[in-house]
Amino acid sequence: MTLRKPCTIKDVHTGWCQGCGHGIVVRCIAEAAEQLGVSDRIVAVMDVACGAFIESTVTYNYLGAAHGRPIIAAAGVKRVLKDDVVIAHAGDGSAYAIGIESTIHAALRNENILALVVNNCVFGMTGGQMSPTSIIGQRTTSSPSGRSAVRDGSPFDVVKTLRHFDIAYLSRGSVDSPQEVERTQSMIKKALQKQLDKEGFCLVEVLSPCPTNWGTTPLNSLKKLREEIKPLFPVGEYIDKGGQPV
Amino acid sequence: MEKIKTNLARCKGCFYCVAFCPKKAITPSKTGGTNGYPTVRVDVEKCSKCGNCYRICPDFVFEL
Amino acid sequence: MAKVLMKGNEALAESAMRAGCRFFSGYPITPQSEILEYMSWRMPEYNGECIQTESEVAGINMLFGAAAAGARALTTSSGPGFSLKQEGISYLAADDIPAVIVDVMRIGSGLGDVFQGQGDYWQLTRGGGHGDYRTVVFAPAGVQENADIAYAAFDVAEKYRHPVIIASDAAIGQMAEAVELPERKEHDIGTGGWELKSRKNGEEQRHIVNVYYHMGADRYPTFLLDKYRRMTAEQQRWECLRTADAEIILVAYGISSRVCKQAVKDGRAEGLKLGLIRPITLWPFPSRAFEKSGPQVKGFLSVEMNILGQMTDDIILATGGRYPVKYYGEFANVPDAGVCVERAEAFLREIRGKI
Repeated sequence: MTLRKPCTIKDVHTGWCQGCGHGIVVRCIAEAAEQLGVSDRIVAVMDVACGAFIESTVTYNYLGAAHGRPIIAAAGVKRVLKDDVVIAHAGDGSAYAIGIESTIHAALRNENILALVVNNCVFGMTGGQMSPTSIIGQRTTSSPSGRSAVRDGSPFDVVKTLRHFDIAYLSRGSVDSPQEVERTQSMIKKALQKQLDKEGFCLVEVLSPCPTNWGTTPLNSLKKLREEIKPLFPVGEYIDKGGQPV
Repeated sequence: MEKIKTNLARCKGCFYCVAFCPKKAITPSKTGGTNGYPTVRVDVEKCSKCGNCYRICPDFVFEL
Repeated sequence: MAKVLMKGNEALAESAMRAGCRFFSGYPITPQSEILEYMSWRMPEYNGECIQTESEVAGINMLFGAAAAGARALTTSSGPGFSLKQEGISYLAADDIPAVIVDVMRIGSGLGDVFQGQGDYWQLTRGGGHGDYRTVVFAPAGVQENADIAYAAFDVAEKYRHPVIIASDAAIGQMAEAVELPERKEHDIGTGGWELKSRKNGEEQRHIVNVYYHMGADRYPTFLLDKYRRMTAEQQRWECLRTADAEIILVAYGISSRVCKQAVKDGRAEGLKLGLIRPITLWPFPSRAFEKSGPQVKGFLSVEMNILGQMTDDIILATGGRYPVKYYGEFANVPDAGVCVERAEAFLREIRGKI
């Protein structure tokens, strides 16, 4: 087997920070599309934050939506371009804070798109503020003494929210090891296949490190992801096929 | 059998590959990479082509 | 084609679909809801998509995706909901995406009320959202014009690759009149050469983002200025009534202008030389209509359904400050023709008194 950067990834030094998981996720998407033979059918809709660096990374066509709106905009795109493979590329701030209404209602309408949510538990682009998924005790630039359940509420868990929805697919992956990356890639591939089969809304959340805004080294951020974050947000497949929870 | 290839111009020196290489074939490099980032060096002879480095690399450095 | 009796909101919806609109996303709000309701059963007959979204924010952003993909797309709202769409309209303008947005105006700030109003004038004509943009704004004055403008608006939007707004109001939206509907046509979504789609082998990459990102800060200002210069030059639309010898020219759009037509007639019956300029575009404001004003004109009286007289600024600008400008503003009611005449008479007396 040859492992090679997919042809839809440009030969560039990406815009993401050292150790950021976005690059891994984008490669997983590109690989999944390549394996399914649909690289020339991808249309990506991105957010304005860190995910927007796919702009300089990928060769496929994309739309830059407003902050929090890639999922609803992607639903609009898909309603017009029914034969294209439409991927909304959002972060936890986009999909779970400002854009939560559209995440929920796109799921309720079972929009036939993939919502890919890179969850790094922080608002990255704006300098590391608390996000809906910041964990209890997590120190951020807007929760300097650590997130408090009493003051800030408990971290948002998309699985708890969506697991009884009638959607095609809901899963959570992680990029904290090569094995988890492999598993995440197969989740994305499965979700894209479901879109091709017109099954409906797929949401794949990917736990991803943000060394810059976690204030640590890349290797320590992977450790933190594995030891502190993954136990709170268990990886796995939660809904698979036709809205039947597994 | 083709050997592991690298494009170190894309590397940002996160060293995820170093941590996950079972053969310790990848080590931090003493020479700097693109835009002032550190980078890695690969001992091609030690490589078992397991693919770990390819999978964990956020910067598409490896090909094997 | 035979005329049919339709509500303004429904005629607008039907006409938009006949213009090739195949995507609608909106949210209920009085006095606009008939557009959503009509679309909900009629759009499937056109094989289009009608989605009742979770909010106006979702409505404009879903339209953003559909319009980026090249569909003729429409979203509609009123007052509070129209405010919620402003960020999305700013994005459409920044990204060069054509689309049509309708504001069926109601009165007041905040919740205001569901009655006809023209209090969104400033928001409509000054850009509304953040940043450095304006949109072409049409102001139909009846059911027929609602249909005609809805039919033409998509062409204008595509000509400039820019959002276009239709500003009607509760009266026009709710009243029924005889209307001749235009012929149905189809819109081919791929023909602009810029639309979002998947990239096939050998094609250039397409990215629809803020135009400035790829154009650069050096070229963008020239591009933008040229776009607005063209819109200003080409899109001013208005109607003049008996302005050639008028001493007081009423200025009114939408439903207010229809009252003013009666006022011109009534005033002239009493020997008061009234005329009317009816802006059909609120932006670009039809300055050219004012440039033709003869030396006999003593002043301009803006007749509007708002308290602050929002359009007077534009009349002063259009006339270069050479004439006195006053306004008669109604709140919650359609202006009264008799009051128009009284105000015009008093205005003329005041001007003559000063001379």
